[in-house]
Amino acid sequence: MNKAVPSSLLSVLLFAAISLAAQAAEVSPSVFESPEPPSSKGEIDRLVFARLEKLKIKPVLCSDAVFVRRAYLDVIGRIPTAEEARRFITDSTPDKRDRLIDQLLERDEFADYWAMRWGDILRIKAEFPVNLWPNAAQAYHRWVRTSIAENKPYDRFVRELLTSSGSNFRVPPVNFYRAIQNRTPEGIAAAVALAFMGARTDSWPAEKMQNMTVFFSQVGYKPTREWKEEHVIWDPYGITKQIPKPNQDTGEVAPAEPIEPKRTLEKPIAVVFPDGTKGELRPDQDPREVFADWLIRKDNPWFARAAVNRIWWWLLGRGIVHEPDDIRDDNPPSNPELLAYLEKQFVASGYDMKKLYRLILTSQTYQLSSRLAADTPEARAQFAAYPLRRLDAEVLIDAINSITGTSDLYTSPIPEPFTYIPKDKPAVAIADGSITSPFLALFGRSARATGMENERDNKPVPAQALHMLNSSHIQRKIEQGPKLAALFESGKKTSEIIEELYLTVLSRLPTAEELKTAEGYRAPGLARRTNRGRPREEWVDIAWALINSPEFMYRH
Amino acid sequence: MDAKDSIQRRTTRRDVLRQGACGAVGWALADSLAAAAAGEPAAKAKKAPPKARSVIQVFLWGGMSHNDTWDPKPDAGYDYTGEFGKAIPTNVPGIQIGMLFPELAKQADKFSLIRSMTHGNNGHETAAYLMQTGHTPGERLAYPSVGAVFALFKSPQYKGIIPPYVVLTKPQGRFSEEGFLGPKYKPFATGGDPNNTQRFEVEGVVARNITEDRQKARRELLGSLNTLGKELGPDPSLALDAEAKERAYELILGAGKEVFDLSKEKSELRDRYGRHTFGQECLVARRLVESGVPYVVINYPGGWDTHKGHFQTMRRQCPQLDQGLASLLQDLKDRGLLETTIVWCCGEFGRGPKVDWQPPWNGGRNHYGKVFSVLVAGGGFKGGHVVGSTDAKGEQVKDRPVYPVDLLGSIYQLAGIDAAAKLPHPMGAEAHVLPAAWEKVPSAGLLTEIM
Repeated sequence: MNKAVPSSLLSVLLFAAISLAAQAAEVSPSVFESPEPPSSKGEIDRLVFARLEKLKIKPVLCSDAVFVRRAYLDVIGRIPTAEEARRFITDSTPDKRDRLIDQLLERDEFADYWAMRWGDILRIKAEFPVNLWPNAAQAYHRWVRTSIAENKPYDRFVRELLTSSGSNFRVPPVNFYRAIQNRTPEGIAAAVALAFMGARTDSWPAEKMQNMTVFFSQVGYKPTREWKEEHVIWDPYGITKQIPKPNQDTGEVAPAEPIEPKRTLEKPIAVVFPDGTKGELRPDQDPREVFADWLIRKDNPWFARAAVNRIWWWLLGRGIVHEPDDIRDDNPPSNPELLAYLEKQFVASGYDMKKLYRLILTSQTYQLSSRLAADTPEARAQFAAYPLRRLDAEVLIDAINSITGTSDLYTSPIPEPFTYIPKDKPAVAIADGSITSPFLALFGRSARATGMENERDNKPVPAQALHMLNSSHIQRKIEQGPKLAALFESGKKTSEIIEELYLTVLSRLPTAEELKTAEGYRAPGLARRTNRGRPREEWVDIAWALINSPEFMYRH
Repeated sequence: MDAKDSIQRRTTRRDVLRQGACGAVGWALADSLAAAAAGEPAAKAKKAPPKARSVIQVFLWGGMSHNDTWDPKPDAGYDYTGEFGKAIPTNVPGIQIGMLFPELAKQADKFSLIRSMTHGNNGHETAAYLMQTGHTPGERLAYPSVGAVFALFKSPQYKGIIPPYVVLTKPQGRFSEEGFLGPKYKPFATGGDPNNTQRFEVEGVVARNITEDRQKARRELLGSLNTLGKELGPDPSLALDAEAKERAYELILGAGKEVFDLSKEKSELRDRYGRHTFGQECLVARRLVESGVPYVVINYPGGWDTHKGHFQTMRRQCPQLDQGLASLLQDLKDRGLLETTIVWCCGEFGRGPKVDWQPPWNGGRNHYGKVFSVLVAGGGFKGGHVVGSTDAKGEQVKDRPVYPVDLLGSIYQLAGIDAAAKLPHPMGAEAHVLPAAWEKVPSAGLLTEIM
């Protein structure tokens, strides 16, 4: 125990621990569920629970232990430390869940984690197949991360991405236009629709697509004398299309033929926005701005909807419109009132992202158990339970590293100084999708090629199980990681070590049965048992079993 | 054949499991996307059963000199031959190869040499990409390598325990993997060293210091501590995890690991393959093919990028390549596997026919993509032939150029994979196994003369 803890606090903790133990001794209903029935806390719950009632489903709340782990994973992309978990579980104040959400939203790791998620959508990657190049990828990521940390209003965030002009190194949001494989007006329009309208244009009628490409027909890409620098500009004269490409080997650029400047547009033209409203585009207007101003209008049918639906999907594992980037008329939301409510709140808050997170995270709907009494598609579509999902590659390896006190090596195939990664940097905070490790690739990290949500693949495959169960990479961490070693050699009682191990790996205390199983485990084939307590191999095996349990590997 | 029998037994057991379990996961593919893509060519393949069941690719990363090996030019003069001024006869009259390959010379009736391989690309990664995919490097799509394509198309039929695309022992460069097909099509890289005197520690399959008994105890412990699984009951997502673990344990505790267990082989045979990493890798490759693995790559354990120290490196590496490859061909033949197994061996390009005597190279050979040699054998490729030829110094294709699409196209055809089949791109982009005609990739036709 920490000596600095005041005795009053200590007694609170002690009391809580005792009452917790007493609770465990009773016929504890569940490790994972709360005995309290959920009570509708606000509009989200009212709208969701009404649907569940129609399906005759009685929702069940998750336990505190489940909540603390879930909230850490979903808000900051890491698991709580043993101490953080213990403190939360033993805290007996009634509003502790709301307070935890508030604290997590203000942590530094919040920005790291959400910059990673947006990095998938905005395709932050140095090379192959979207060649941003390392320093531009870093600048782009830093801008996104800072925007999230500052809680930049979402409409401003998107407007800057869509309308900025300048150098890829010095004006980071221009990299949105560079991180597009197909840089034709059609390709850009498709990328914009996917990212900010949650729409896949391949299902659009040709005319609608044609109308949208007009807004991206004057985007120019201009190389400079600096290596890999490129300006993204509004190019009303189409001059960038005539720039000779630099020689691949020498980098030399032949002087351009002088050309007659000629405007793409000579006079104002009529334009049609994707929702069918008509407008006018003048020759002296950057069409990107005209589009962005339409997009971020309060009554835009896609903008707020795509954003709230995406965040809901990120937090609850399923979009209200599902898939979350497939918004179209014939793919209706499972709960239209809920979607409309979230949109309205988001717009009314001035596109305040953190407020939106808080609104969802503090709802009882978010805090439901993962267990479904009857697993039907309707129950899932109506959010009757928090769905189990395997941890993302980055989150998983960070959790393993933080438990064991080890680190991984992340490298990029491009030998450049910008890709140096400090040893203690978590995988979640890696800026550039080209910087990777065999583990991240094996566990389905997004290739950041398309900006589609399904590029990240968290479906378990046998090769991953092989790696987790038996690779030297994971085995070495468990055997030699300093944090676990310190625990195993702490000289504490066996039951105390098991308790601490459970808090460290699973963010909860063991049940009586688990304690018995772990205490009774014997690793066969050991030469001799030492007098100094149980052999190290047995501790390694218990830690290994917890790390390989679905409870560790999954958000639940 | 202990190992073989027990693999079949395990397979049967798994098939039963597969029928019973909801949503069984293959090693590489589970999604309908892949199955749909694979469906059409599989149906075609039924009409004429493909000759090749498996492929062993020996990849000589760095690029092996053709002049010093399989396209010798003994009369070209010292500036071209360097230290290796002699060619030796083979067991096929009229075919000579370099003096460092006496063992392969005894097997020439089993393989053919392509001496007119060409693509003109002198960058390691771009040339490797070309040779592994057939697609032009620098296109916007990152295509999967030939092994990943095999994994995609062969997985539905392949019922083995070992993943369908195995790399011995380290993965290849970054342009030789799954491309846009995604991580499921990554090769399974074994790690470890099959020449290890104790045992071949296959990453994930055979762990150091963990006995089989302890593996079993751990597995039991994992089961009894799975409180979440027990409490939540059946969940489709957890079922996937359980199935993945089940498959993994077939490798760790079941017959899978026996495929990698070289102690099951006679000591004399192991000696014949050569007691060095490459030799034993060839033996492992044979065991993998024997158990039905569709695609095995041996990444030569050592580089062939001999800008410097060229002649020493060749003297060190060629005898091992010679021994391992020759024993592999003989062994495959002896076991009746050569007819159904393609073996192909080459680097991403050749090396400069003219030795660079200037400092700092001091007798090195530089990259050369204009022309180089490839060895192909088995699986429907005839032995005892030479395809194409080069000029007197080995600098130019003299006749019958062979381009990457010609070589890969021939391999695909023998394996019953439709080279025009669509590949499943995540964004639905139009992508095919090999470039379509309109892409204007250079081609001089399939290797029909040796098929």
